[in-house]
Parts: sequence; C-alpha cells; structure tokens
Amino acid sequence: MKFKLLALSFFLGSVSLFAQDYFPINDGVKAKKNNNYTAFTNAKIYITPTQVIEKGTLLIQNGKVVQVGKSVSIPKNAVVEDLEGKSIYPSFVDIFSDFGVKKPDRDSGGGRSGQYEPEREGFYWNDHIMPENNAINSFKYDSKKAGELRKAGFGTVNAHIEDGIARGTGLLVALNDGGSEAQRILSDKSAQYFSFTKSVAKRQSYPSSLMGAMALMRQLYYDMDWYSKGNVDTKDRSLEALIANKGLVQIFDAGDNGNVLRADKIGDLFGIQYVILAGGDEYERIEDIKATNAKLILPLNFPDAFDVSNPYQAQYISLSDMRHWNLAPSNPKVLDDNGVEFTITLHGLKSPSDLKDKLMKAIEYGLSKTTALEALTTIPAGILGKSGQIGSLQVGSQANFLITSGEIFDKNTILYENWVQGSKNIIQSMDIVDIRGDYNLSVGANTFAVSLSGSVDKPKADIKKGEETLESKFTYDADWLNLAFSEDGVGSYRMVAHVMPGSETIKGKVVLPNGDETTATLTKTKAFEEKSTPEEAEKPELVALTFPNVGYGYASKPKQETMLFKNATVWTGDSILENTDVLVKNGKIAKVGKDLKASGATVIDAAGKHLTAGIIDEHSHIAALAINEGGHNSSAEVRMKDVIDPKDMGIYRDLAGGVTTIQLLHGSANPIGGRSAILRLKWGENADGLIFPNSPKFIKFALGENVKQSNWGSFSRFPQTRMGVEQVYTDYFQRAKEYDTKKKSGQPYRYDEEMETLAEILNGERFISCHSYVQSEINMMMKVAEKFDFRVNTFTHILEGYKLADKMAEHGVGGSTFSDWWAYKYEVNDAIPYNAAIMASQGVTVAINSDDAEMSRRLNQEAGKTVKYGGVSEIEAWKMVTLNPAKLLHLDDRVGSIAEGKDADIVLWTDHPLSVYAKAEKTIIEGAVYFDLEKDKMMRETVKKERNRLIGMMLNEKKKGGKTKTPVQSKKELFDCDTL
Amino acid sequence: MKKIFLIITIVFGVSLNAQQTPAPPQTEQVAIFGATAHIGNGEVIENCTIIFKDGKITAIGADLMAPTIGTMIDAKGKHVYPGFIAPAKPLGLVEVDAVRASDDQDEIGEMIPHVRSIIAYNAESKVVESMRPNGVLLGQVTPQGGTISGTSSIVQFDAWNWEDAAVKTDDGIHMNWPSFFRRGRWWMGEDRGFVPNKDYGDQTDNIKMFFLNSSAYGQAAEKEKNLPFAAMEGLFNGSKRLYIHADGEKEMTDAVNMAKEVGVKHIVIVGGYRANKIADFLKENNVAILVGVTHALPEYDDDDYDLPYKLPKLLVDAGLLVGLQNEESANFQARNMAFYAGQTVGQGLDKEKALQLLTSNTAKILGIDDQYGTLEVGKSATLFISEGDALDMRTNQLSKAYIDGRDVSLETHQTKLWHRYMGKFEREKTGQ
Repeated sequence: MKFKLLALSFFLGSVSLFAQDYFPINDGVKAKKNNNYTAFTNAKIYITPTQVIEKGTLLIQNGKVVQVGKSVSIPKNAVVEDLEGKSIYPSFVDIFSDFGVKKPDRDSGGGRSGQYEPEREGFYWNDHIMPENNAINSFKYDSKKAGELRKAGFGTVNAHIEDGIARGTGLLVALNDGGSEAQRILSDKSAQYFSFTKSVAKRQSYPSSLMGAMALMRQLYYDMDWYSKGNVDTKDRSLEALIANKGLVQIFDAGDNGNVLRADKIGDLFGIQYVILAGGDEYERIEDIKATNAKLILPLNFPDAFDVSNPYQAQYISLSDMRHWNLAPSNPKVLDDNGVEFTITLHGLKSPSDLKDKLMKAIEYGLSKTTALEALTTIPAGILGKSGQIGSLQVGSQANFLITSGEIFDKNTILYENWVQGSKNIIQSMDIVDIRGDYNLSVGANTFAVSLSGSVDKPKADIKKGEETLESKFTYDADWLNLAFSEDGVGSYRMVAHVMPGSETIKGKVVLPNGDETTATLTKTKAFEEKSTPEEAEKPELVALTFPNVGYGYASKPKQETMLFKNATVWTGDSILENTDVLVKNGKIAKVGKDLKASGATVIDAAGKHLTAGIIDEHSHIAALAINEGGHNSSAEVRMKDVIDPKDMGIYRDLAGGVTTIQLLHGSANPIGGRSAILRLKWGENADGLIFPNSPKFIKFALGENVKQSNWGSFSRFPQTRMGVEQVYTDYFQRAKEYDTKKKSGQPYRYDEEMETLAEILNGERFISCHSYVQSEINMMMKVAEKFDFRVNTFTHILEGYKLADKMAEHGVGGSTFSDWWAYKYEVNDAIPYNAAIMASQGVTVAINSDDAEMSRRLNQEAGKTVKYGGVSEIEAWKMVTLNPAKLLHLDDRVGSIAEGKDADIVLWTDHPLSVYAKAEKTIIEGAVYFDLEKDKMMRETVKKERNRLIGMMLNEKKKGGKTKTPVQSKKELFDCDTL
Repeated sequence: MKKIFLIITIVFGVSLNAQQTPAPPQTEQVAIFGATAHIGNGEVIENCTIIFKDGKITAIGADLMAPTIGTMIDAKGKHVYPGFIAPAKPLGLVEVDAVRASDDQDEIGEMIPHVRSIIAYNAESKVVESMRPNGVLLGQVTPQGGTISGTSSIVQFDAWNWEDAAVKTDDGIHMNWPSFFRRGRWWMGEDRGFVPNKDYGDQTDNIKMFFLNSSAYGQAAEKEKNLPFAAMEGLFNGSKRLYIHADGEKEMTDAVNMAKEVGVKHIVIVGGYRANKIADFLKENNVAILVGVTHALPEYDDDDYDLPYKLPKLLVDAGLLVGLQNEESANFQARNMAFYAGQTVGQGLDKEKALQLLTSNTAKILGIDDQYGTLEVGKSATLFISEGDALDMRTNQLSKAYIDGRDVSLETHQTKLWHRYMGKFEREKTGQ
C-alpha cells in the first residue's frame, strides 16, 4: 500500500513539476505535460463551510480547482471519479506550526554567573529579539510529519521557529510530498511571530521575567520607529527586518487568557492588531477577551481527567484545575457564542491524530460544526490573506481537499483521501472490501470457526476449534489476507488468500503443519454487525464559573451596600470611640456618630467588636506572576501592573486578615527595580479592576546584598559592592536628567521607557520605595537624591533606620519596616524589633509591612509587636498598618482611617485589633463586602461539595474508559523580594 | 502607655551589663507574690505566691505565708508562667542563614543518627539570647536535612557552654519521612507543583531496612562498631524518642506503622498538617504530636484559610498530646512561640490549654516533664514574670526570667542597640 501511494504521488508530482515552464530539461522530452482534468462527481461538496452543494462536481486541473458546482460540464480529457454518497471538504490549514523547522537546541553551557551582554553584533541589543530570522532558511520538508498532518486532514501549514521573543517570519507550505519546493512553498514570509518567552539557545539574562519581556517588546517598537526615521548611524539588522516585516500578519504566541490580554495591550499601544495564540482558558474572562477584538489561534488542549481513585492523591488537585478539566471543552463554544473569531491549531496536542477526538468533544460541548469547519479552513486562510488560494474550493483555489465517507465531524466518518495541490494521498482506500463477519474455515477435513471484527481497514481475527481459542496472527492489506494459527499438539497453519469483492467465500492456499500445501476456504456464516453503541446523548455537565475562577471565588462580584454598624469600638485613626455607629453608603463612610439611623441600611450589631480602617501593606508580592526583572541592574521600564494575577489565593487570604490595599512591589534583584502597582484587593475583579484608581506612581529601588548578588554565586554584574551601587544611581539619574533636558528642549530623542520613568522621579511625579538594610547605604541613597534635588519617599525594610532616624526625619523619608525580622542574612545582624519605635520617636512616618504572603494576613499582630518592643502607644501602633502606610502611599486623603467622606475600606474585628486573638469578621472595600466570616464558612462547604462532585465526574470518566492522568498540584511560587 | 515604656527602660537599664553573661546559681531564696500564676497544666492560681530555692520550686499557692528571708518580688497584676519550650529547632546551630560559615545545622549523609547537635550548640548565639525576653527559655536543638538528620539535645538558654546548657543530652532522633508527592524539579523545566514521588516505596523500604538492621545490630553478641546503628539503640530501649517529621495522612500512617513494627518505643510526629484526619489512629498508637507553626499559609488553595491557625485546637479536641514547634520558620522566629499558641485562642482554644502547647505538653513529649513545663513544687524554677498576658504580643512584657532559679538577663544584642541609639538621640535633644 505504501509503495503504491508513493509511486502514485511521485507520478503526479513529476507531472506538475513542469509548471516551471522555463526550466531546461535533460532527462527526457519536454512535451509531456499533463493537462488532463480530474472530475469528482456526485459528491456533497463544501466549497466553503457555508456554501454546500449536494451531488455536485469538482473539476480540477494542474493542481487547481477549475470548476465546482451542480452542473459542471466535464471535458472529454477528464478522469472521472464517482463519489456517490461521499463528501468533499477543503483541506485544513494550521497557521501555528513548527513543521519542518528545527527548534534550536537548548543552550547547555554557562556557570551560575549571568550573562548580561548580547552575543551578537550588528543586531538588536537583546539576543532574544530575532525578527531577522526567517523560518524558510532552516526549513526542511518533512514528509513523515506531512503524512501525519494529512491524515488529520491538513493540506497547508504555516510554520515558524518557535523560539525567542521576536521570532521572525514564517512560511506557508502545502503538504505535497511529490511537489518541489517551488510548488509547495506558498509564501516564504507569511507572517511575523512574537512571544513572551526567551530563546532557549541564548543566554542573555534580560528579560528574566514576563514583565521584562513586555517592556522589551514595547521598547523594540519605540526603537524601530526611531531607527526607521534615520536617527541611528549604525546598522541594526534586527530593526531593519522588523521594519521590513511590518506589512505581514503579526502573530503572538500568548498561551493563556492573561497573556492574550497582555499581548493585545502591547499591540494597542502601537496600533498593531495581533492574531494571538490562546491558551484554552479564555472562557474564564470572556468579556475581556472579546474586548481585544483579536482573532485567536485556539489549541484544543483539553486536559485529561485526573485519576482520582486514590483519595490521598486526589487531595493534591486544586478545585480550579478540576474545574478547568470540566470547562475547557466548552471554551470554543464560549468564544463562538461571544463572536470571537478563531482558528484551530494542532499546537498543544500530543499528536495530530488527537485532533478529531478533541473536535468532537468541542462539538459535544456545543461548538457549531460550521464554526469548527471555518476555524480549520476559511478563517486561517483569511488570517493569512490567502483566501483565494487555500481554505476553500472556490474556482482558482488550490486543489486541496478531503474526500470523506460522510459528515466530517461524525464519529464513524472515514477520511479516504486528502488531495494536496492536485496530488492524491490515500488515507484509507475507498474500495477496500469489507470482509468482516463469521466464517467457517475448512482445511481438508478440519473445520475452524473464524470471526473477523473491528474496523474495515484493519479487521481482527478470532479463531476457534470447537470451544478452544487458538493462537493466531492476522493481517489484511490491499485485498490480501494472511492468517497464521497454531493448534496445540498439531502445529501451525499459514493461510494466504486474495479477496474478491462481492463474494461470500474466500479461497486461498494453506501451508499445513507438516509443510504440505493445500487449499482452504472461508465460508461466511454470519454478516458482521456493528456493535450498537447506545447513542448516549448525555449532555455534558458543566460546573459554574466563579470570580476569580478558583475555590473561594464569588458567584457574582460583591456590590456596594448601605451598612450601619451599631455600637462598635471605632478606631478613627487618632482616637478610639466606644459605642459608636458608622454609616457606610455609596462606597463612602457617610457618618460617624452616636445613635445613627438610616433607612434601607443593613444594620450590623457591632457591640463588643472593633471597627477600623482596612490594613494597608506597603510591601507585598502577592497577586503577581513575576517579581524581579533581574536581567539588568536597572529595570525602571518594567511595570508590576503588567503581571497582576487576579486568581492568587493570597488576595482572599489577605482579605481574611483585614487587608484592603497593598503595594505590589518589584523585587530587590537590582538597584533600580520596576514600577509598583497599588492594588485594592477586590477579589473577583480582573487585573485592571484590582488597580487602585488614580493611585500615585511608585517605583522600587533596592540596596545591599541582593543587588550586589552577594548570596548566590553571580559575579558578573555591576555592582558587586555598595560602592558600586551609588555609581549606578548617579549614572542613571545623570542620564535621566540629560534625557529630560533634551526632551524638554524639543529636539528629537529616542523614546526610552526606562529614562522616562527615572525622569518622572526627578520631576517629582514618581515616588521611590527603597529596599534598604544598613545605615551606610541608606545615608548614601538620601545623599544621591538630594544631589539630584528630590527626596526618597519611603525606605522599605529599613532595618537599620533606627541608627539614622534623625537624618531620615530631616530628609523627610518614611520608614516601612518589619516588626521583628532579623538574622536571615549578614546585613540584618543589627536589625532590632525596636526599630519602628525608635524611628517613630524621631518623627519618621513609620509603617509595618510584610514582604510575605503569610505575614501580610496578620499585620494587625505585627503592629501589636511595636507595643511590646519599644512601648509604642496602641493608637500609634495601629496607624503603622493603616494611616501611616496610606500616608507613605499618598492615599491618606482616601483611605487609612475612619472619617466621614473617606472611602469605606474598613474592617470589623471580633476583638481588639492589635491582639493575637482578633479575627477579621468583615472586610469591606468601597462599601462592598469582600470577606465575610459567615460567607467563608458557607464557601468551605461549597468548595468541599464541588470538589466531591468533580471527583465523581472524573471517576465516571475513568469508568467510561476516558483517558486519565496522575494527579499533580500546580502550585504557584510564593514570592518575596529575593525571588528571582 | 508611656509609663510602661519608662518602666521597661528602667528595668532593662539596671541589668544592661548582664547581656550574654550567664547568671550565677541561685544562692538566695526568691518569693514572687501577688501574681496570676499560670501553672502550665491548665490551672490558674490568682494572687499566687511562688517560692523557689536552690533552683527548685519549694512552695506555690494562693494562701502561703509570706517568707521573711530572701528576695521578695511584688508581682501584683502580673503573670507568672513556666518557661516556654521551643522544640525541633536548630537554635544555636546557625547564626545567620545566608552566611554559610555560620551554618552548622545540616551534615551530609542520608542516615546519620550518630551526628549529635549538642556539641555544635553555640551557647553565645545572639539568636538564642533573643529568646529569653519573650519567655522562651528552653529548646530542643535539632539537626536538619537528610532522611535521618541526627540526634537532638535539649538545652536551657542561659549558659557558658554546651555542657552547661544541656538539660537532656541526646534525647531523640529526627527523621524526615519521604513524601508521597514531591515537588516538581522546576530547575529542570518541570512544573513547580507536586507530582507523585515514584521512589516513595523504595525510600520508605530503605528506612525500614535501616531500622531493622539497627535493631539486629543491638542483638549481636560481639560487634565491630557501627556508629549509625549504635546511635539508634536508644529508640528500641525507650531511652530516645523518635521524631518523625511528616505531614500527609499516608506518610504519617506509614511512618508510625513502620516505627511500631520495628519496635520503636516513643514516637512523636513533627508537623502533622493532616493529623486531624487520622487523629484516631494517632491516639490508638499513643503518638504525640509537635504540630507545625500556626503562623503559616495553608498548604493547598482549597483549604480553610485558617487551617494552620486552628489545627492545634483540632488535635487537642481530638484528645491527642499536642505541643507546638516552628521548624518551618526561621530560627529567630522561635521567640514568637507564645504568639503561635495565642493564635489558637482566637480559634476558640482555652487560653490555659493553649499555654500547655508550649509548656507541660511539650515537656511530656520531650520527656523532661519531671523538671520542666509546669510550676509545681519540686520542679525546676524555670519561669518568668510578664506584665500581662504572655500569649498576646501587646502584653508579653517580661520583667524577670529564671532558669533553674538563676536570675537570667533579659538584655540582648538587640536591647543594647536600642538603648545605644535612643541614648544618642536623647543626648542630641538635650544638647549633651
């Protein structure tokens, strides 16, 4: 069979080679061009998914569609194939493929010291930017892989080098084994590709984070613009390629719903609409996805069920992973229902042969068959601007089509042939004889019972003598069958026979155990009956989405309420008022007083309880997907707001500890870190919805061991000493000053996000929160700031702040410190828990922060420790986690205390809030309840029940024979400053 | 509040020079009167008098006659507690985590029960001295890492050297039971999450073989010395305890069953994140538990947010013998032991029962309850006076602490720096 197929395609291929008319010929006569037609008649033809003709004719010639329709006049010189009862579809197109393109090998060298400089010359300054790469240059047609793809229904794929951030161009290739490159390659620069992932072959450290990759993409476009205007004297082949590729389709490998949004935002900034490779979890945030207006490339990477039969293992699986298993197959339908246009890719599937199952599953979950077909044909063709050539069977299109036994998405449909560029590729022979059934095999005097079952093309044999099943081996190929079997104590028989269509008996030759040859006859006794699988039209059972879509997510987002707290002990900020009422309305603290009344308000009896402002954590790393961009010693260009993770359970846990606002800080890997995001912990909102509206701009700086890379063996990055740290600042601020001057002068300047950010600091528009430990470096930082005529806003950690509290007060900087941490590295040898008390005593605005997801959720207790260590008053201690951090964040006019007119970001405590015994009972942000102890109790039950329900569904899946995988727990890394 | 500040300054000011200098043996009888005494066994005695002499408590009660000799300490309105115990910590074995040269907590080798922590215990550790002002006066110095990490010893926190410090030498052997699930090797490109540990069976079998061999070694009439096997001997005759560090239901069950099977006499679980699920099993097998630090995050996203907070209560309610430890947190955090116990009170555990998690229960688990863990006649006078409730950070304010009757310093490297710099600022203000 294989030989036949090969020979056939070779023949057709060599014919079409002569399309290149102007080539000289030396191996025969030139006048042997085949201009005959091939006509396929009586087929149901899908010219496009929506344009279907019954009993139509498809006429092709020279690899192209010549005519298609109901009444096509068939030329005399046509080979006619009658496809009565069969269907013709355009072959599929995959626009996200690595077909024939070798992925670079992972770099294996290198020690622990990072590589901070690029390896290349004449290209962009970052090695992960390779727009000059063209996949065509390393392309090698892979006929084995092409066969697999054709078998899955594909006729054309768009391949690129899946490596790096800017990946260069792809090529569009027809899966025509017999054709030449000249014929197969439909486009050698079909699209330009990007991702957020670094090259595996390159060692340059930058970018070490998602936010760094985003910043790099933005700067790349700024630099492209600058270069294209002729402002650069030297040659940059990367930027030149990027400029040259501007007109192509721009495809972004994002890979999950959050990254789809991230990619789209970059595109929006530069007027580029990417086509985006999605992750399969877009259903979670469908409104946001819809708003991107991006066309998506959708993998059908529905996860297998977990094998949950062992309860000890099952407990490792999170509810959100179980839910994703349940909901992922509905993703295509959800996108379709919301009008998001997408094409389907094989990317993310283990093998092309998995496609059909996954498609059927998506359809079972509600995806329309028409959309599915469009997603595989017209849409990818349209995205590539090749609608006239591929993806449909319009006249003039390439003759890329599938011949099937029926409706392509039906379980029992057989794909017979996949024609590519007019070349026939047999997937399964159309004229194979169905030999299945029960037979009597007579060999001389002996009779055996033979039962042939299974599929038409690969039947299985079962052979018995009397009741005894005999060991046998059976093959059936190209109308020839071979049957070998052995009888105990007798020996083995070997039979070979040719099958004639329409005959009830099969005659052949048999070699007997003694070596003699004789004839044997198989006589059919019973026709084959397909085991009727009861059509279980069981509707898939889907669990409900929550916001965010994890355990303890809310069924609907919390809403503002009017609430009247009666008889609470109210910590206003500067005083503690007993038996006091507080009215919350329209998200604000409307009134504080005695015996308040309000119609329509929910009255909350707060007698014996304490009502305070919500806790503000000045130093947090929760709700983030990355913390450090350590690839450069300055990373002012990166933004924490780019990597917010609204699904982080840390948000909910912080709320349960009375925290309402955090500053999400960059880490401390470099002297100049990234820009902060100030978040309100509105559990259920998306990333943008978590950002504190109109919050002031901040940036993280860092001093000491981390920026010197003291505690791990990296010795290649400047600075390695505190002396060097000062020079980094001086250098960057000097350059920022010059940059700003040039910008303000109206001269053309290269837009530099890093310099823009630093200039904001110089102009008093952005505040520094500086990670710091020992007094020398703290003093230095203040002096550098003073030299450049600005003030440091906050020293965070500031563990030796007590040694120069007077200087800090004079400079006007606040201190945000740990209550009692020390001894974890050399620079905290002199860290003392009296630090907060001493700094406060000298007039420094002091906050207590966490830098830790665990400590953040009980910052009230950490504030309590300042009473123990140094005798801070309770009111002052409480301010250290509320009003003082609000001051340091310049938000004290809106949050941080209970005062009329301020935002209702408040917490009701069961006990004295500084006490280890206190629990947050309600945590309220802008008048909406985001944590409620009672509701939490109910949700525990919900989580338990839903886990149980999903486990039941997975057990059922296993019982039904569905694929399962070993339980794993996808666990997020917990971040702190040092996390690289 | 300012008043308290002043008082503390004075109290600390007096004994400023005593930092790092261990107190001399008790020579004079001490009587504390008027105190609220928290006995450590669940009892509270109001207006209590506590008398101790030669390092031992000689009398305690509400209706005692005031003595006429010795030191009298008025503790009206104040609280007296037995010294808190910090088990399962490498205190004194590592000074600064990031400085390798200061780290002596983890020896190489998988099965090294013969490695003894006591000889590396740094009696002059600044981290150790910072325990005392918070009422943590005793600790179990515990080696880390490997499968069988080594042998711990119990020390008191005011000593010239490790021999002085030793309360109970070589008290137990610590074993880290393998996990049924292991973390993904992210540095090799695996996901960071947990995946099944395919080697669990082999690893646990190795441990069992090691125990069986150790036990058999003890039976041999003549032997060539095998240091690791010899170190295990105490487990089988009951002179040493086996501390099994494990968290999962399966892991704990497998480990306890193995230990029972090979004849280990005293078994203690350290950690026990899921111990409430197998509380009956642990109880049946007479297994005590040193439960993990309450100031921790839940291990799993779907767990109750307050599971670590309430776990000790769940175990106490289930009738287990429970102590607290904080091996998962940094060494310096051991001074927060009181607040870890306090956290469980917020979850509904009785305050005196919470106190037991640091005192009598721990002493019983470690096998030092004949001398420590409660304020009872005949026991060591290892106790402290706090201005208020010692389990709450606001009121944990020590004015006195005694170890074996010795009046120990509450000054530390940290208080010294506090006074030094406050003094600087005061001088600047007054222009001196």
